[in-house]
This record gives sequence, structure tokens and C-alpha cells, in this order.
Amino acid sequence: MGPSTDSFAIQAERLTRHYHMGTAVVRAVDDVSLSIRAGEFVALLGSSGSGKSTLLNLMAGLDRPTSGAIFAHGRSLAGMTSEELAQHRSRTIGMVFQAFNLLPRMTLEENVELPLRLAGTERAERAPRVHEAVGRVRLAERLAHRPGELSGGEQQRAALARALVNRPTILLADEPTGNLDSATGDEIMALLREINESLGMTIVMVTHERPRAERFAHRIVLMKDGKIESDGERP
Amino acid sequence: MKIRDLGELAGRNLREALLRNSLTTLGIAVGVASLVAMLSLGVGLQELANQRLSHSGLFDAIFVAPHSNFSAFGRPARSNQQPPSSESLEPPRLLDEDARQEMQHLPSVTEVYPEIRFPTEIRFKDNPYSTVVAGVPMSAHSGGAFDGMKGAFFSSPTADETILQIEFARELSTQPDSLIGQEIVLAYAERQPLPAEPGEKNPAAGGPGQGAPEAGLSPGFSVVPREENLRIVGIVETQPAAGFGGGGTGRVLIPLQLAEKLRAAQTNDFREILGGTPGKANYQSLTVRVTGPSAVKDVEDAIKGMGFSTFSLLDATDNLRLVFAVFDLLLGIFGSLALVVASLGIINTLVMAILERRREIGVLKALGAADRDVRRLFFAEAGVMGLLGGISGVALGWAIGRAMNFGANVYLHRRALPATNLSSVPWWLVAAAISFSVAVSLAAGIYPASRAARLDPVEALRYE
Repeated sequence: MGPSTDSFAIQAERLTRHYHMGTAVVRAVDDVSLSIRAGEFVALLGSSGSGKSTLLNLMAGLDRPTSGAIFAHGRSLAGMTSEELAQHRSRTIGMVFQAFNLLPRMTLEENVELPLRLAGTERAERAPRVHEAVGRVRLAERLAHRPGELSGGEQQRAALARALVNRPTILLADEPTGNLDSATGDEIMALLREINESLGMTIVMVTHERPRAERFAHRIVLMKDGKIESDGERP
Repeated sequence: MKIRDLGELAGRNLREALLRNSLTTLGIAVGVASLVAMLSLGVGLQELANQRLSHSGLFDAIFVAPHSNFSAFGRPARSNQQPPSSESLEPPRLLDEDARQEMQHLPSVTEVYPEIRFPTEIRFKDNPYSTVVAGVPMSAHSGGAFDGMKGAFFSSPTADETILQIEFARELSTQPDSLIGQEIVLAYAERQPLPAEPGEKNPAAGGPGQGAPEAGLSPGFSVVPREENLRIVGIVETQPAAGFGGGGTGRVLIPLQLAEKLRAAQTNDFREILGGTPGKANYQSLTVRVTGPSAVKDVEDAIKGMGFSTFSLLDATDNLRLVFAVFDLLLGIFGSLALVVASLGIINTLVMAILERRREIGVLKALGAADRDVRRLFFAEAGVMGLLGGISGVALGWAIGRAMNFGANVYLHRRALPATNLSSVPWWLVAAAISFSVAVSLAAGIYPASRAARLDPVEALRYE
């Protein structure tokens, strides 16, 4: 059954994801129901193994639920083919990872252009889109550099530009500050907040850093053992 | 993803592991080179055989004789002769000038000529030499039998010129080349018709290949000794055949029209008189040349329809093609083995690439790449390796072929034999080898590409 309104960017209904490890069953996400409104900045908080990254992967369509339903802008991801899920990731979702995951042999410009190539965007349209995204993260002067020539903060900003270039409506960030020092981490968080406010983009961020989540996110969803322990607006 | 982007990404990935991919491509190139070298040898030998056989003048020629004449050769009736019928009780149609003209006007017929060959005496510097003179049609020049001859071909169809076969030239002089430009005297017996006795008609005054009969002549003929001065214009190493009428080939060759004009008495003239062939002048046999082996069957059928027996080596050509097809197949199979081994190299390289680029595949999928895009990317990499390997392999195979030709020609030269090409790389072989290389590479890429496409993105992103 679909959501009542598409003002929700993401809706999970009794979402479950189990893994088999030998004979044991790991309940990574266990009967989770969650609604995230469009334009919200939500932090999924929890310790390691709490299921927050698995939930993020289910939202991205990188993984499929064992049971339950998950919707993005009212469309059920569980019923999509792998081709449709790829389109969902290309058009609706932007992703940022803890390890940046930039391709080391490509320049910053080529890395940012990659999602446009995968989406089949016309060549003439690509350069302005890349410059727009890189400008938004303030890396325009580093276009010709390879990831190895950039600092950690610059690499994460480059990854952010890559996530933004296809103009997604939902940005999913998995521990985006996990590999950064405190000051650089704050810079990235400020940038995420800026993107959220200026573009109205829905952001779901996985983190285990409560203070940072409380400073920047609108809402904190605390997860433990695959379940939502608490869900509330930032005080 | 668009094809151009796919190609660019594949090229970038291949450059990334340059040494490994170059070695894999080299493996394919060696495989293709082996295939091309093997097949070029097959093609070259086939071309050589075809060339030699076509130069023999046997495969675009039809031997025509009256029905009765085949039995005269002591041959049993052949499958391509007319079956016996009620018509066979009628006298067989004469192979005369009218029939020759009729054949000349058949489609695809380039030339119809009788076989003229007669034993005679040649005088050179007052020394007599017995030999056989043969008439050679002007068309024989383009047939290739005179390729590599010393001197020149006949300047005109009736020129008083001769080309000597090398063995005979050596009898005349220890330095055969010096004979060119010198003259020999051809002594021969000219047949002349006898006046007819009252109430008698001459059936054979014209004789084979000697024009239309004259009215009011006797069935016999007289023989008058004649001499003809001939200038030696060339010396030929091979013995060009003018058909397959039997008998030895000539050692002194003269233009066919000149030979007809000489009206020299031939050995079968006497048999003709004794046989009492009724009617007007006729030929013992005719050789019909056609535009190519493919035209032989139609022309043969038409001539049979005219009431003559025919014989050609068409069936032998078909068998030859079959032999070479099997030969090429075997060479192709052996040549392909190396390419099959090379394809294992592609599988190995791409499987290694999956392991190395596992995380990258996960990133691509997270950024929106579909399974199909990942599969096509690996396919493109396999295809590019196949294409580059195919192109360089063809070049390498061609070079091997040239080396084989060079080696063979050095060997032939040392044995004073004419140069030849053992290996030939036609365009179809180039295209087929490159296509085959790409196809084998793509086939080798199926497993790695499917494996990469099936990779779980979550697992791949977790991979360190």
C-alpha cells in the first residue's frame, strides 16, 4: 500500500532486512517504520551494527528488503526491477560515503561528470552542470586535480559535488565526516546544511556522532539492534 | 550510458592496467597471427594452384569433337556426352566451319580454334632439327602461360614469328637467349587439293583447320614441300597447352592464324581420307575458350545441343575447390586453437579486473549504473582488446606470410625455379580475422561481464 501523500520523500513500512551468516540470522533492520518529509535533514544515529547503514542502502535502492515496504516520493522500491532501481539511484538519489569513493585515476572534473555519463546526459549539457556542482562546494579551482592531490575535506566536497550533479531530490550520506578531522567535518556538515536549506533537498545522514547530528540535523532517528529506539525533532 | 562514453570508460580502464592488458592483447594478436598465417598459406596455395591450372588453359576451355570422334580416341562414352537416342542413328553432325562460326557466336565464348600441330623439320644455321610445330592463339598471351618468357609474344596473328620452348632452344644454342632476333627455316608439307574426277566431290580438301572446301575437287590431296622463314621473338620455359586434344605439345610455337594459312599436312589427314568422311571440310576437333570456368557448363550444354560431344575439366575444378575448402578448414581449426588459448587470457584478465575494481563497480552502481551498463563496460573492454589484438594479429600474420614467401622464394631461386607466393592475405581474410578476434573476445568476456554485472553493490562498496 502506498503512502497517503507524496510530500514524504521516503517512507518505510515495517521494513525488515535479514542476513544469513552461516546458520545465524542477522536482523540488520528489524520492522522499521519511518517517514521522512521532503526537505528534511534527518540524522540516523546509532552505534556500529545498529542497522543505520543498511537502512540507508534500502533507501538508496542498493539493497532490497526481506519484507516490508519502502517508498521514495510515493514509488515502491521493493517492486522495482534492478534497471528501475538503477534509474532511481541515478535520478532521485545522490550518495556520499565515508571513504569518499572517488575514482583515483579520474580528475575531479571527470569524477563529478561520471553520474552524468551514466545517466546518458548530452555532452553539451555536462560541463555547465559539473561547474555548477563544483561551484556549490567551492572546488572550482581544483577541477583538473586527481583525488590523490586533494585533501580529505576537498575529496569529500568533490564527492558531494558528484552526488549533486544529477540534481537529485534526496541526498544520502553515510558517515560523511567519519574520515575527517573535526574542523573539516564541521565544514562538510555546514555545507550539507547549506545545500538542504538553499536547494530544499532531503538529506538523510548516517552518523555515530551525536553532537554533530544535534548541531546540524532537523531530526534525529536513533537506531539500536536494527530497530528505531527514538525518533524526534532536534530540540 | 551512451556508446561513446562506454568506449571512453573502457579505454580508460584498459590504460589503467596497461602492462597486463597489453600482454593479453598480445596473446590475442599471436592467436590471430597464427590463424591468419595458416589461412593465408591455404589461400596462397589455392591461388597458386588456380593460377597454374588456369595458365594451363584447361579450365576455361571446352574440347569439342563430332560424336564419332570420341570413339576414335578409344574413350568410353562419358556422362557429359549426349545419351544415345533415335537421333544417334542419323549421321553425326560435321564439325565444320559453319559449326565453328555458330560456336563463336555463343554467349561467353571468346575464341574457337582448331588444334594445329604437325611434326616437321627446322633448319638453323644449315643444321636440321626434327621437332613439332604448334599453332598458338593470340589469346594465350593473356592467359599467363607466357608470363616470365624471354623476348616478346607474337606481334600479330599472322606474323612470321616463332617462340621456342627452352629445351628446344638449348638444342639450337648453348646460349638460348642469343637466339632471339635470329631466323629459323620451317620446312613443312603443304597440302594442296587435287582436281576432282568427273562425278566426284571432295570431302576433305580443306582438311582440319584449313578453311572452306573448294568445289570440284578430288577427295585426296597432294603434298608440296614448302619453306617458311620465321624470326625467333621469344623463348618460353613452360609448355603452354592449347587444349587437350592429345599428343605432345609443340616445341616451336607459331601464331595460330599463320599455322592455318600454311595449310601444313597433319598426321590425321590420312586417317580422314581413309575414313571417307562424307560432305564438306571438317575439323577433327575444336577448342572453345570461354570467359571463365563459371561459363563452361552453359556453353558446354549449348554445344551438346548443337549435336557435338564435349569435354571439360569442370568437374575436376569442383573437386579441387572441395579439397582446398577442407584444407582451409583444417588450417583454420589449427590456427584458431591459439586464439582459443588467447581467449582464456582475456577471461583471466577481466576476472582479475573485477577483483581489482570491485569497489569501483559498487560506486558505479551507487551512482546510477545499471547491471546492463556494467556488463557492457566489461564487454567493451573485451571487445577493444579483441579489436586491437585482431588488427595487430593480422599485421603480424601478414608479416609471417611475407617471411614465408621470402624464404620459399630464396629456396626456389637457388633451385632456378620461378618465384611464387605461398601465402596470400586477401581483404576478406583481414576482415574475417578481425571479426573473429572480436567475436572470440566478446565470447570470452561473457562470463566476467556477467559476474561484474551481478556484483552486489553493498558488498562491493564494503570491499577494501
